[in-house]
This record gives sequence, C-alpha cells and structure tokens, in this order.
Amino acid sequence: MPRQFTPKVVTANALLEGDVIYLTADDRWSRDLAEAEVLTDEAVADLRLLDASSRHAEAVGAYLADVRLKAGVPQPTHFREEFRRTGPSNYFHGKQAAR
Amino acid sequence: MYRYNDFDRAFLAERNRQFRTQVERRIQGALTEDEFRPLRLMNGVYLQLHAYMLRVAIPYGTLRSAQMRQLALLAEKWDKGYGHFTTRQNIQYNWPKLNEIPDMLEALAEVDLHSIQTSGNTIRNVTADHFAGAAADEIADPRPVAELIRQWSTDHPEFQFLPRKFKIAVSGAPNDRAVLKSHDIAVEIVERDGEQGYRIFVGGGLGRTPMLAREVRAFLPRADLLPYLEAIVSVYNQLGRRDNKFKARIKITLHENGLETIRDRIEERFTVYKAQFGGIDQQVLAEIETHFAPPAFRDASTGTFEAAYGNDPVFRSWVDTNIAAHRRADHAIVSISLKAHGKTPGDASAAQMRVMADLAETWGYDELRISHEQNVILPHVPKDVLPQLYQALKTAGLGTANIGLVSDIIACPGMDYCTLATARSIPIAQQIATRFDQLKLEHEIGDLKIKISGCINACGHHHVGHIGILGLDRAGVENYQVTLGGDGTQTASIGTRAGPGFSADEIVPAIERLVLGYLDLREGPEETFLAAYRRLGAAPFKALLYPEAREKAA
Repeated sequence: MPRQFTPKVVTANALLEGDVIYLTADDRWSRDLAEAEVLTDEAVADLRLLDASSRHAEAVGAYLADVRLKAGVPQPTHFREEFRRTGPSNYFHGKQAAR
Repeated sequence: MYRYNDFDRAFLAERNRQFRTQVERRIQGALTEDEFRPLRLMNGVYLQLHAYMLRVAIPYGTLRSAQMRQLALLAEKWDKGYGHFTTRQNIQYNWPKLNEIPDMLEALAEVDLHSIQTSGNTIRNVTADHFAGAAADEIADPRPVAELIRQWSTDHPEFQFLPRKFKIAVSGAPNDRAVLKSHDIAVEIVERDGEQGYRIFVGGGLGRTPMLAREVRAFLPRADLLPYLEAIVSVYNQLGRRDNKFKARIKITLHENGLETIRDRIEERFTVYKAQFGGIDQQVLAEIETHFAPPAFRDASTGTFEAAYGNDPVFRSWVDTNIAAHRRADHAIVSISLKAHGKTPGDASAAQMRVMADLAETWGYDELRISHEQNVILPHVPKDVLPQLYQALKTAGLGTANIGLVSDIIACPGMDYCTLATARSIPIAQQIATRFDQLKLEHEIGDLKIKISGCINACGHHHVGHIGILGLDRAGVENYQVTLGGDGTQTASIGTRAGPGFSADEIVPAIERLVLGYLDLREGPEETFLAAYRRLGAAPFKALLYPEAREKAA
C-alpha cells in the first residue's frame, strides 16, 4: 500500500531578503507559517508546488514541508522547519525578532 | 602586505560590474534561479536557512587595519552588526539582501578584498599559517607563495569547473598550524642543504571520507612550484570523477588511481608546463616578495612587560595562553580570542573589529591575521605595550584567556544558519565553554582542541579535533557523535568514532565526564589529552563516555 500522504505546506525563501516564506491559499507569500495553505491531497500539493516554483521572480527553492495541525494551525514536524520559522538560536535575529 | 596593482583593480571592478548586472537581471526576472545560482556562487553568495550569506575571502588570513575597518563597515551597514570568521580564513555575513550585495562587493574592492571563488568547484581561498611572517620557528614567510597561488588560481580559465572544490594551504614552518594534511594540495616550505624548496602533499580532505594528504614530492625546487601545481590540478581536472559528487574530490582520485599513477601523471604534465611557464612566474613572485618585507621592527624593552607579568595574575594568565613566540625576542605574537565563554565561536561585532584594527595600527605595525581556529592574531607586538594592549582588549570583550584550551572551540555555523547542516553546532560550543568556565578547570586541563561540525561535510574540522563532535539528524532528533584522537598538526591523525551518539541534552555532560576523567588518567599536567589518548588507547576514554556499558560489562 502506498504511504499515506501527510499534510504539507509550500515553503521557499524570498528572492530579495532570503527570508522564509509560505504559500497561502489566496496565492500570496506569507512570512507566517500560520497563514500557509495546508495541503492534504498529494495531487493538489504537487500542482501548488509547480505553481510556486514558476514564480521565480518572487521566491527561491520552493519545496513541500511536512506539518501537523494543532487546533487547525500548521506546526513544523521537523526541527529544521522549526528553526526556519524561528531564526537562529545564538542571536535574537530572523523571524523571532520580526514578530 | 600585498597591494593591488592596476591590473588587479581593473579585473575586480569588471567582475563586480558583471555581477551587479547579473543581480539586476535576476531581480527583474530575466534570469531564473537555475541560471543565476552558478553566477552568484562564483561570487561567494549563498542562500542559507534564513537569508543570503556572503563569504568574503581573506587571502592567507592576512589583513591590514583599513581592511578590518571595512569589514566592520559591512557588518554595520549591510548586516546585523557582526561578522563570522570561518575555519577557512574567510568572513561570512549572514544577513545581506540580494539587491545590496553588489554594493558590499564594491566596498570590499576599495580595500583590495573580494569574494571570488569562495564557492563553486574552483580553487578556493588560499590559506596559510596564521603566524606567517612572525613565528620564531619559521623557515620562510609562506605568504608570497600564497599570493602567487592566489593570482594564478583566480579566474584561471581551465580551473573554473573542476570536478569539485579545491583547497590549497601553505606553511613555512615545521610546526603545522595550517592543518596542511587536510587540504587538496599542501605546500610546505622546507630547507635542504641550505636551499629552500617545497614539500608537496596531495589528496587530503575531511568531509564524509576523511583522508590525510600524501607526499608526492619531498623537495620541489622553488622555481618549479607553479608549473607543478598546474600539473596536479590538470591531472585532477582530467581524472577526477564528475559522475558522483561524493567521489569527486582529489582524495578519492588519488585513492582510486593510486599514488604512483597520480605521481607519474603529474610528473609527465609537469615537464610540459615547465617549458610553457618559462620563468614568468618567478618574475611575478619576485615582485610579490617586495610587498611582504617585514615591518621596520623597533627595539622594545621588556622590563614593563616582565613587571606586569610578575605582579598581575590575570595578565599573566592571558600571556600564558594567548602569546606565542615571535622571531624577535622583544616582540610577541598575540592571539585575540573570539571565543568568549558562551558566545558564538568566530563572531566579532563591528565595534570589536574596529578595536582590533585600531590596536593593530597603533601598536602592531598595521598587521592582522585570521586563524582557521576562528581567532584574530596581531602578529607583531612589541612586548612593552602588551599590558596596555591587554587592557584595551579586555575593555572590548576581547580579553578571554583561552587560546588552545577547552573553550577555544571551532564550530561551524550548523543548523542555526546553514542549509546543509543536520544539527546545530553553535549552542553545543556555547554550552561546553560555559560549563568549563563554571568548573574553573580549563587552565588545569591544558591543551585540548574540541571541534564541532553540524554535518558530515566537516567544516568544523571535527575529524582533527582531539575531541570531535559531529551533529546528525537521527530520526528527526539532533544527535551528536564523538570522535577521539584527531590531530591537525604535523603529527596529524583522523579521530576515531567512540560509539553511539548523544542527544543534545546528553552531549555536554558526556564531554564533561570525558575531560574530567582524563585528569585522572594522565601521568601529570604535562601530558595533554591527546598524548594520554595515544598512550592509553581508546578504551579508558570510551569507558568515561559510556559508563552504562562499563557497568553492564562488569
């Protein structure tokens, strides 16, 4: 049996700042994971990733990242994605400072 | 110190102009990322986890104060107020914006600096002994040769698309402070029958397949250096594997083809190139050498230094760890630690960079060096100013007395910044340093090199740490493997993995058990951790790391 598709979001880095960004359901790029469109259907996810990858004047290196839902809000499942949405641990820089 | 001529300046201005238009086209959407990526990498621009990163080469780790001040300016104007000195004598800026990087490169060009070939499958920044030109044990200053190699390798038309990146290091002293044997090519200046020449090593590298470089020539005459290097790189360019990234470094080429085959092919190419070079390289070298004439050393009395050393225990402690022997008895080599306990190894703020630049200009003949151990060196300091210098450093948060001790840790940026990382390195370094500072034992522990990498690529040199720590991702959790017995000096060895990894919570207590246990194992304070390990073998050290296993076996 094929492995069950787990929920995902499309994420990338912004072209100018390199900042971590997430694709929203209304086709915006958000800096906030909570605003990301959660994709639960593999076929849809592949299409959304294709769309995102074609927006090369806005975003770099788009890929699908696993999330789990907590009270309907996407959360990272891997520590790498947790660091991406937070910033480095040695300075209060990056996203944690922008909040 | 080398200063650019009109040719260098024109070349760099043209490269920067090209890159500016490439960035513009990328932002306008005329270039895709796939098209732009190789162009930005050729200019040292990476995209990391949270932002772009600009890696600036500090050729053979040598800076003058005006250059250090410009590095401070970049940190302040286009970054978040600091820069990160790396294990390859580079500086990295972690937060530049893509559209501002061309301005940063122009600012660097004003002081003869650039970021060309700090990435990509090219010959990278040429590194050297950070005590070059100052060390008491030196046969010759390695920097003229390093500069010659820099000029030869920069934009070398045949070597822009090598099978993989290529690193060259140069040293002019019998004590290896440049980790020669971890480089693709190492050039060691040696003397035979009163004549200087080069001992050449090939095929070193850390990463997933760590190997020590092997000697291909015991004595290469001075005049043959560039044609011989050209021969090595061209043999690699032809034989190196392009089908598998993990087997593409020259260490694998050497391993698969055998030392004899590679040596024969190098010699064969060498005879061709030797004729082609026709001695022009030696004319260039002679010109370069004039730039590296030693400063006009002044005579210094050592009385005030000796009085302060006798009376002030804090100053004495700093001198004992951070001062190395200069070629003149009335001067000293000062290592400035960028490893304040609990801080990020290798980071300096713009203000600290300016302090170091000022001190170099006022008291140090305008010279600074960056070490692969992520510290800054003032290579020439008259001994009579050492007490004042120490006070100035202390005020700037640069007075940490820990060079070569347990808290002088090399750490790569790890998963706090790097896209390749599998775990974080910086917090582990911070915690180890903080812990041993609390224990107040590091001076008693003595010489001990801990090196931490956040992935198998080993930017943190963990394989040559007396204690190496490698951060991995084990089933979605950070996990840290320990290697023991590595050595990056003239007695080089690759460390051996001690056993199963430790969680992020367990690794610092494990290192503490290991180091405190060593104190009981050593024959006396003069027996270093590495010496004790070599005498006793791995078993007693493994027992310290894994007490449960010992209990089970009992």
